[in-house]
Amino acid sequence: MHDTQYIQFFDGGHAADIEILGGKCASLVNMTGAAMPVPPGFAVTTNAFRMFIHDSGLDATIHRLLEGLDPDDVDSVDTRSAAIREEMILRPVPDELRGQFYLAYHDLMERCQGEVPVAVRSSATAEDLPEASFAGQQDTYLWVTGLDDVTDAVRRCWASLYTSRAITYRLKNGIPNEGLAMAVAVQKMVNAKASGVAITLNPGTGDRSKITIDASYGVGEMVVSGQVTPDNIMLDKVMLTVVSEIIGDKHAELVPDTATHRLIEREVDEERRGRRCLTDDEVVAVASMAKRAEQHYKSPQDIEWAFDADLPEGENLLLLQARPETVHSVKVPELKPVPGSGGFSFGNLSALAAAAGEAPLPGHQHGHDHK
Amino acid sequence: MSEQVIMKSFPKPSEVPVPEGAEGWEELYPYFLSFRNLSGSEDEKFWFCDSQHWPTVYKPFETIGGEFAVKCLGQYNTRHLLIPPANGIEFKIHLGYLYMSPVPVPEDQIPGRVPEFEQRAGHYFQNWDSLLAGWKDKVRGTIQEMEELTFEPLPDMVPIEDIIGGVAKDGSEVLMENYDRLIQLCYQNWQYHFEFLNLGYLAYLDFFTFCKEVFPGIPDQAIAKMVQGVDMELFRPDDELKKLALWAIELQVQSAFDNTDDVEGTLAKVAALPGGQQWIEAYEAAQDPWFNFTVGNGFYGHDKYWIENQEIPLGYIKDYIRRAEEGHQIMRPVEELVAERDRITEEYRSLLDGEAQAVFDAKRGLAATAYPYVENHNFYIEHWTMGVFWRKVRELGAVFADAGFWESPEDMLYLTRGEVRDALFDYVTGWAVGTEATGPLYWPQEIERRRKIIDALSTQRPQPALNTPPAEITEPFTMMLWGITTEQVQQWLNADEGDDSGALVGMAASPGVVEGIARVVTHADQLGEVQEGEILVATITAPSWGPIFGKIKATVTDIGGMMSHAAIVCREYALPAVTGTGKGSTTIKTGQLIRVDGTTGRVEILEEAA
Repeated sequence: MHDTQYIQFFDGGHAADIEILGGKCASLVNMTGAAMPVPPGFAVTTNAFRMFIHDSGLDATIHRLLEGLDPDDVDSVDTRSAAIREEMILRPVPDELRGQFYLAYHDLMERCQGEVPVAVRSSATAEDLPEASFAGQQDTYLWVTGLDDVTDAVRRCWASLYTSRAITYRLKNGIPNEGLAMAVAVQKMVNAKASGVAITLNPGTGDRSKITIDASYGVGEMVVSGQVTPDNIMLDKVMLTVVSEIIGDKHAELVPDTATHRLIEREVDEERRGRRCLTDDEVVAVASMAKRAEQHYKSPQDIEWAFDADLPEGENLLLLQARPETVHSVKVPELKPVPGSGGFSFGNLSALAAAAGEAPLPGHQHGHDHK
Repeated sequence: MSEQVIMKSFPKPSEVPVPEGAEGWEELYPYFLSFRNLSGSEDEKFWFCDSQHWPTVYKPFETIGGEFAVKCLGQYNTRHLLIPPANGIEFKIHLGYLYMSPVPVPEDQIPGRVPEFEQRAGHYFQNWDSLLAGWKDKVRGTIQEMEELTFEPLPDMVPIEDIIGGVAKDGSEVLMENYDRLIQLCYQNWQYHFEFLNLGYLAYLDFFTFCKEVFPGIPDQAIAKMVQGVDMELFRPDDELKKLALWAIELQVQSAFDNTDDVEGTLAKVAALPGGQQWIEAYEAAQDPWFNFTVGNGFYGHDKYWIENQEIPLGYIKDYIRRAEEGHQIMRPVEELVAERDRITEEYRSLLDGEAQAVFDAKRGLAATAYPYVENHNFYIEHWTMGVFWRKVRELGAVFADAGFWESPEDMLYLTRGEVRDALFDYVTGWAVGTEATGPLYWPQEIERRRKIIDALSTQRPQPALNTPPAEITEPFTMMLWGITTEQVQQWLNADEGDDSGALVGMAASPGVVEGIARVVTHADQLGEVQEGEILVATITAPSWGPIFGKIKATVTDIGGMMSHAAIVCREYALPAVTGTGKGSTTIKTGQLIRVDGTTGRVEILEEAA
């Protein structure tokens, strides 16, 4: 894969420049860079958007259509919004951009070892962010398959910059149309063979030296919503060794049906139910990722993760979401006195040693030997 | 579960069958070492077998190591340090194996010992480094004196100088004094052995207990890694061989190592090559003291020491040369090990807040200061002191052999150390009165009779324990030094029933999972059979087996806990290890494909030998 000024893969090693990538893609690049692999994909940059509207002459068209528009004239806004969006979808994309997009899409499919569905999402830049969701600029197209449909979805994301609501919002708030740009994320749809959550502490006690994983087959919704009893695995956070585990019953799994682009529930056979759904290496990989997320965000995390059936081993663990763990992380484990036999505890041994340099013990001439 | 604890018992001493041909074995050992002279309490106390240090049957003379070691351990708990809850460990020999029973301090006496303990232990902890430096001088002094002892046959006549000088002694007194002195010097270093050891374990135990409290479920190996030394004297002998191997490559003298079983021939070939002299100098420099290293554990007269069996270190050097030339990194990755230790320490530390962090630092600091002794002393006592000791014992044995008392110097090991004293007087008497001593007429048949008994005892493995265990094992030393925990005892008791998966269960001593071909080694002489990439399955391992750890993929032992030598060395070499399986070496057969999970402490047999 080769990043260009129009295309940047999330794991391309580039800086997460929000001006070029928009907020959504910049965050995906950041997470990938911190070894928290998100589903693979690429950003169609704001440069691509600008090049498209400039080379196709769309910028002049947009300028002309929006000139003198009254934000309170709903009909006019709707008509012109529709006109702009239609142009966005119909005007030919310059060859250079089309070629780069084709290569990027092809590379992504190759990595996924076949043509797989993708999600296409708009990724707005900084100045639009605070009100972005209100302005209706968060278009998302799921389960999109094939170059033509994916291209079409990218254009629709671009076009979402000119919905009636967005136009009205900008007019009313005095935000100029010049310089507006939109990036788009094209990202593999997760095809989870196993998934779940991981918390970077022991939720039972608040002990932060543990990582707790709930894992089950298929897509993670059933774990999150409590419809299956997942495998519960607790690891030591420092050594990444399993401290305890309880194998859950995992009677059902949700798997994507590619034909209908929907998730279907199916029964898990006895053999798979009875064993842990993750291998030893996979358990350690999930825990390591949770630990990295905690280090990255500098607070206990609650993450959602999945192993993707389409990706090669070693690249198939994906981070779907990371959020701060707030329930238990405020608790600090209490220090209790260590019980010893006969009421005696060796607990003050280090205090004996710490007396070094202070007054010598009674009956002894020498204190600590200074070198 | 608690019901099971009460119901199940190990056999009473008298219930363990005596192997055929071993009848009368009790007479081979001193009267105070057998159960039969106790007033009935032999059937009441809980005894566990220390097969970690004494995996095979004692010859009568060899009880010296067990007696001195366990007696001296006890004196430090009971009389030097007054460890509040723990006195020493009572010990007996049953059917040739050593059994132990910890002696608790009565509850009402514990508080009274605390101030004494704090003063005494405090003195050591505050002056650790300077006291330890003094310890090394004392121990080296003992070894030096032992080296100087001579055991020579008596001359045909008293030298004329002694006549003229009015010495008026025939020299036999030197032989007898030197024998007594040899025993006393051995005893002296065993006293020194425990001067720091109990405290080292205590400091470790203190940190260990704290970690278990604040990080419930923290793996034992994580705690060990935080305090374990990296640049250790115990690893020096092996490191010296590695350096010599690299030096041989640099000097291009590798070709001389084609037949290292021929020690003189090999050294002559090296010396004849250009640059070879330089290598010989380095080789000789490394020997003192680092070749005072045994392939055993120092407790048996048959243990082989590198210094006297140089085909062993030369063979290892040859192997290191081969591996280095194949591109392997043979030196231990010391920097990585230090970095890993620091990472682990810092990560746990950062999980604690201010006050707890300070406690963590203090306890870890103390354990890290005190703990390396627990490993390093082993070189000074078990290897160096005992290496010299057994060599001197053989020298004396040879004097007797020359005088016709028995055939080979090692036959002396079939006498108790008191009987050796008697035999010495027999020898000097015969010599003095000008007649034949009685020994040559008595000992050859007696030694043969004893040999048959020892051989018969050796056909039977020891019971892991005797009598009814307490519901819970709480004695800290028993747990730390021998890994005898409530769980371990339960596992022994349930051993016949087996794990439903058929897996062997032991201590998760060094993390990682591998599969490979098993090589069962029950004696150091079999080490040569170990092939590259095999999994070592042994009763127990010794530190001097170091060189083969570079060759193998994992280790399984019958005996030993987190701090056993196999566990320490495997963590050092980043090899998975499961220790204390109880029956790994008797269950697993050489050639079987096995899976060792050092993270969970399980060993599975996957396929039979091809």
